[in-house]
Amino acid sequence: MSQGVAITGMGIISAIGNNVAENYSALVEGRKGISRVDKIDTVHRDAIMVGEIDFTNAELESQLGLDSDNNYSRTALLGAVAAKQAIADAQITDITKYKTGLISATSVGGMDMTEKYYYQYLEDKKLQKYIDGHHAGDSTQKIAEQLGIEQSLVTTISTACSSAANAIMFGARLIKSGKLDRVVVGGADCLSKFTINGFKTLMILSDTYNTPFDENRKGLNLGEAAAFLVLESDKVVKAENKKVLGYVKGYGNANDAFHQTASSDNGDGATLAMEKALKVAGLEAKDIDYINAHGTATGNNDLSEGRAIIRVFGETPPDFSSTKAYTGHTLAAAGAIEAVYSLLALQHNEIFPNLNYKTQMKEFSIRPQTVLKKKELATVLSNSLGFGGNCSTVIFSKEA
Amino acid sequence: MRKVYIQSVGSVSAQKTFDNSEFLNEISDYNDTVILAVDPAYKDYIPPAAARRMAKGIKMGVVASKLALTDANLENVDAILTGTGMGCVIDSEKFVSAIIDNNEEYLTPTSFIQSTHNTVGGQIALGLGCKGYNFTYVHAGISFESAVLDAKMQLENEEANHILVGGVDELGDHTVKIHRLINHIKPEAVSLRNVLTSTSEGAVFSEGANFFVLSSEQNSNCYAELCDLKTFNTLNEQDVETAAKDFLKDNDLTINDIDLIVLGNNGDVKFDGYYNKLSNGLFSETPQVGYKHLCGEFNTASSFGFWLGAKILKSQSIPDIVRMNAVQAKNLKTILLYNQYRGENHSFILLKKC
Repeated sequence: MSQGVAITGMGIISAIGNNVAENYSALVEGRKGISRVDKIDTVHRDAIMVGEIDFTNAELESQLGLDSDNNYSRTALLGAVAAKQAIADAQITDITKYKTGLISATSVGGMDMTEKYYYQYLEDKKLQKYIDGHHAGDSTQKIAEQLGIEQSLVTTISTACSSAANAIMFGARLIKSGKLDRVVVGGADCLSKFTINGFKTLMILSDTYNTPFDENRKGLNLGEAAAFLVLESDKVVKAENKKVLGYVKGYGNANDAFHQTASSDNGDGATLAMEKALKVAGLEAKDIDYINAHGTATGNNDLSEGRAIIRVFGETPPDFSSTKAYTGHTLAAAGAIEAVYSLLALQHNEIFPNLNYKTQMKEFSIRPQTVLKKKELATVLSNSLGFGGNCSTVIFSKEA
Repeated sequence: MRKVYIQSVGSVSAQKTFDNSEFLNEISDYNDTVILAVDPAYKDYIPPAAARRMAKGIKMGVVASKLALTDANLENVDAILTGTGMGCVIDSEKFVSAIIDNNEEYLTPTSFIQSTHNTVGGQIALGLGCKGYNFTYVHAGISFESAVLDAKMQLENEEANHILVGGVDELGDHTVKIHRLINHIKPEAVSLRNVLTSTSEGAVFSEGANFFVLSSEQNSNCYAELCDLKTFNTLNEQDVETAAKDFLKDNDLTINDIDLIVLGNNGDVKFDGYYNKLSNGLFSETPQVGYKHLCGEFNTASSFGFWLGAKILKSQSIPDIVRMNAVQAKNLKTILLYNQYRGENHSFILLKKC
């Protein structure tokens, strides 16, 4: 059996809470963070619902102690807040003591500023500072700076909705191969008109609360969030006598190679990703105690993912639920958000409910866990599936 | 740990590099601030109906990946790793401007779908029917290097045998326009032969796609061994020499072992100082070559440098057009590459003759 990679810290900001504790209480109390959008001026306001974070940019800037001439996109602001929490949670006081890297994920990047100032850039010199903040790597560079990570391995992954799962995967492999002693992994994405209108044109946005794995699901709610984990080598864990929250036990990525945006009907990619992750973990399907599904509540995803789960686990899979009804679909950040939720599930031996579920899907007989369930958990499997056929699975475990 | 080899190359750039039987035999000259990639006959590689929907970056990426597969004599690979600094900017610009111009109405999904950063990697997988590992790295000047690092680890650790790795970026009109405003692009036209010695700010912007098959097996087509690669998010100008020395030391090498250094100078008077530290300092007695006067600057331009290093090692020749100093190479066995963009995201790569 392969050795897992230790997770020693986590941080999160999402529509259901500004830190890990707030997210946890919302999860157990069944409190969702879905509402009408407030911070983006969109004509679709009354036609969609979103998972929006309460803080304004100005509030986030002041939390981070940024000068008024900063050029942080909202993605960078959220990312920096969550990453700093993770470092604090891991009780890291000297980031330079060990070889530390950062792998972040984003799909929106600085698009919030780009779409706001697109034409104004041409006239207003004061706004031009945001031009260089557009590209996806910029938010990661800023998060690294906020954490004091210098002269090190810092990079960004963007594979649509599986991005953060892939950042965790790459980080775990960097620790395993000895390239880094410690790596901060996760992702951040803010809401934007770009994604609201993009998903709107694909006609997969629900006009009400999203209902994962429900027969009458109407589509997804977009959300914004950031979450990061700290992964540390066994050497560091031992030397610093670190408390370990859980382990990245297995991971797998595969491509559906079916369609640019849709998943294959049978979930080929998702099946392969789960099988690979089990193999890396040295586990069998029966060893998984809970599946945190991608479950976006689109017609296509839930069918394809459900079928893939059946292919891997049979007609009676372990308890599964999607937490998208709480947070909305946070795109590139989703894999990291749900990694935090998977770790909370392991820590508290609780399975968080799949909210808003009413009607059994007719294509299969599996149904999600719909109420909070206490159960001894040793392993949690988390799926993240995205555009470009990108399918990822990460397995978290209590024991190495 | 297994060794890693550059098994094949495929390049679409501002030079006619798509014909792999040549090696910079004829040079596309220019006198400009922005230069475009030389178009291959896309219809020879992509069905016209599909090509019509694809922005240039996707087309360049698909063609470069096909060239690399053909050169490697492979039908498929175990994984596809793509680097792109700006992603699919043409479709992103189309969608953003449509949102603004039409006040969020009358939008169609095509440009949104294709704007995703992993579109090129996804389209290559779709074309090949490749269900393997598929990552896209989007970290400015080290997007390509991150992809190479991932591939190298997988090959070394026996997770894969053949991996398609590439860097791709395309030019978008609006992106060019706004980057002129912040002086990232040269204020006045510069000719190819004067770019690297230019005394103005900014770079000559361009686009391109360079793909490679990296393999754990060495065969007769092998271009080079990929020995090591290291990236840095930040590095001070005064620390570049130390970083280079440490990188060589990690590989049990000294300055004298380096037969050639490939530098990413782009003629930006504000940031070429990093390169000058090496070319005037540690490596002043080493043959030096540059390439961004040929391919222009873009976030994944260093993939063209990787292509150049690989071609030099395989052909055992240095085209005159890339020489930056008069020092003649005695041997062409070990090559060091160094790149950075605007003082951030530095990379060192070490290649050896197979």
